[in-house]
Amino acid sequence: MSGLDPIETFRQEAQELLEQVEQGLLDLAHRPGDRDLIDAVFRGLHTLKGSGAMFGFDALAAFTHHCETAFDRVRKGEVPASPRLVACVLAAQDHMRALAEGRTVEPGVGEALLADLHAAVEGGDTPVAAAEPADAAARIWKIRFSLPADALVNGARPLPLLDELRDLGECRVRVVTDDVPPLEDLIPTECRLAWEVLLTTPHGREAIDDVFIFVIDEMTLDVEELTASQPAETIAAQDDKPASTAQAEKPAETNAAQDTRAAKTGGETVRVPAERLDEMMDRVGELVIAQSRLKQLASSSLDTALRAVAEEIERLAAEMRDTMMVVRMVPVIQLFGRFRRLIHDLQNDTGKKIDLQIEGETTELDKTVIERLADPLVHLVRNAADHGLETPEQRLAAGKPEAGLIRLSARQSGAEVLITITDDGRGVDRDRVRAKAEENGLITPGQVLTDNELLNLIFAPGFSTAATITNLSGRGVGMDVVKKTIEGLRGALDITSNPGEGSVVSLRIPLTLAIIDGLLVRVGSSRFVIPLANVEECVELSPAQDLRSTGRSLITLRDELVPFIRLREQFKTGSAPDPHQKIVVVSTGQDRVGLVVDQILGDHQTVIKPLSSFHADVGAFSGATILGDGGVALILDIPTLVQLGQRHDAQMRVAG
Amino acid sequence: MSQPAIEALTFDLQGETFALEASLVREVLDLLPETQVPGAPPFVGAVINFRGRIIPLVDLRFAFEMERGDPTIDTRIVVIEHPLDGEPALIGLRADKVHEVTTITEDTTEDVPRIGLRWRTDFIRRLARRDGDLIVIPDLDQIFAARGQSASVTSLHPPQAR
Repeated sequence: MSGLDPIETFRQEAQELLEQVEQGLLDLAHRPGDRDLIDAVFRGLHTLKGSGAMFGFDALAAFTHHCETAFDRVRKGEVPASPRLVACVLAAQDHMRALAEGRTVEPGVGEALLADLHAAVEGGDTPVAAAEPADAAARIWKIRFSLPADALVNGARPLPLLDELRDLGECRVRVVTDDVPPLEDLIPTECRLAWEVLLTTPHGREAIDDVFIFVIDEMTLDVEELTASQPAETIAAQDDKPASTAQAEKPAETNAAQDTRAAKTGGETVRVPAERLDEMMDRVGELVIAQSRLKQLASSSLDTALRAVAEEIERLAAEMRDTMMVVRMVPVIQLFGRFRRLIHDLQNDTGKKIDLQIEGETTELDKTVIERLADPLVHLVRNAADHGLETPEQRLAAGKPEAGLIRLSARQSGAEVLITITDDGRGVDRDRVRAKAEENGLITPGQVLTDNELLNLIFAPGFSTAATITNLSGRGVGMDVVKKTIEGLRGALDITSNPGEGSVVSLRIPLTLAIIDGLLVRVGSSRFVIPLANVEECVELSPAQDLRSTGRSLITLRDELVPFIRLREQFKTGSAPDPHQKIVVVSTGQDRVGLVVDQILGDHQTVIKPLSSFHADVGAFSGATILGDGGVALILDIPTLVQLGQRHDAQMRVAG
Repeated sequence: MSQPAIEALTFDLQGETFALEASLVREVLDLLPETQVPGAPPFVGAVINFRGRIIPLVDLRFAFEMERGDPTIDTRIVVIEHPLDGEPALIGLRADKVHEVTTITEDTTEDVPRIGLRWRTDFIRRLARRDGDLIVIPDLDQIFAARGQSASVTSLHPPQAR
């Protein structure tokens, strides 16, 4: 059915499992006693080991096994989930990741990690873990056995069998109670239990058979080597102990091995390669364009049946579009999740104490957007930790709590998601920013700048405040790259900062890249699309106001002065103004600007088509779209226009 | 005796004949409604809707400092596929009149003379002789990279004030 490479599927799954384990571990660092967390980590490791073995990742399975064992002991309450243990397993996780990705691992790394792990588990009553770590010859056997009902009466005892298995190597035993009857039917002398044992041992099949040698005739035994990549059936078929009951039990047996997998991949979710979604999105885009052409045709037709169909298609296309967008949405937790690990590492690297708060992790964003946001966000968080937060001593001296706070939050507002990175550090040092900008020739000495302009210099190309390049900041990615990436997503970025109180970097990101709702307007003879997400309101610009405001392009909007730009002049259309001009007030966060247009034509669902690189530097446009009549409308790039308006406004103020 | 030859589509611009390798050409269209891109250089002042894709419309007359006449009944758009900044792109070229596809053999072409030409010489790959006339084989890579800015055009159209 699916042409997916099973190995690739496993890697994806391993990736998710490792992330899940990592989250659990990081949570454990805060809530060491939380049983649910311990169980979750254990389950993750267990599944990883099982799937790893199933797909032939023997080294991974063997290695994971030891971590799982350690956690099993935590789970049983034998050892506490000490910070040291958590740190050990976290470190071991990177090794697992490397193994899962099939990277070549330096010899000895695994052993060293296991030695650490073993030391962390302390007590040392599991010498096996240290003795045979990452033994390449270690094989994992899955053994399932049950004794006949009258075994106890006949003097057979399961416990010594288990003990003997333990002598062969690391054992994890699970009791299977499926056959235990309800209490009223239970006969205490009958043995209705079965056992499942995962045995890691360098010994072969014979050794296992030897354990059961005395009871083999009466019991059912199923032994399966998990390191083999053949289907379990083949192994069972080769089984040279074909007890009749073993055959009967086999389906349950194979299922058990795949249970955890099935629960993950079957039924509820389907893995689809992202390209297929992209293709589908393109088709939906074409559909929306074709539909708006149909709508146009139908509206000029008197055929009511045609109009009805056109309306039906319009509704379906809109639903299709919405569904498609939802399909591509993933919660930002996928993005935020990795920062807990980052903060964990940053604490070690900087010696600062950092609390990470995450808010709104269920907010959803387009998958592509999430992927492209990862690097900029990592950079911003690193920056906050490295430059923003003070050392514990400095913080205490300033009367702040010892641990610095970094808060990541996401929330949806309209068709945008607002992501903020807040720190409670020292704030941006304006004098240093200014000095640096002057030094780098970004501004002329003594140039008058608003505070906001000054702060935003941080994002200018060729600017870097890192007086000393630490291994955190000096990674070749400047803040200008962050800004570029965000703007490439049609997003905007802003920073506010109070000295001594910290800084807030806020990102506004559109929910999706491909389709937006827009307001179609006419300027002169051309049509333009304004992204609806940026539109605040539309007001009329009366001819009287228009004349009066030739000197200063400002309107009063609810006691606030808003600068406006005449798009006719901006775009040099050379046309006469329409008698009923409108002002479309748009905003990017805090800044607002009015755009004077000749006519508002209405809503338009817009499939964004990129402009060629010939027009990439024009700036005022973020793309183009095809209209119902086959014409082309350019999509206005609001951040650029708002900036233009602000600059315009500033010049006006300076001029008088 | 066979000479290395290219199949070329020839077209007119203000009385000069130009030739493009036929393999570049995707389609020849009648004039379409154009959408002006405010702020863009006149060399690529507009975009058109080419079968659902929005492609730039290039006016080579600006690269060769020609007069810009009004479109006539013969005016066409030649859609070519040509790399633009490393990416394959569809680009529309405005042509006053499109002629047939002809074969241009190597021996009828010559290098661009250093002098005696009023155009930027690096905008021309070769010149071909035909019936006592000249056919210009433009160097699209150079022209596109320079955004069609010939030296004097730059002074005539200063960069957009921003």
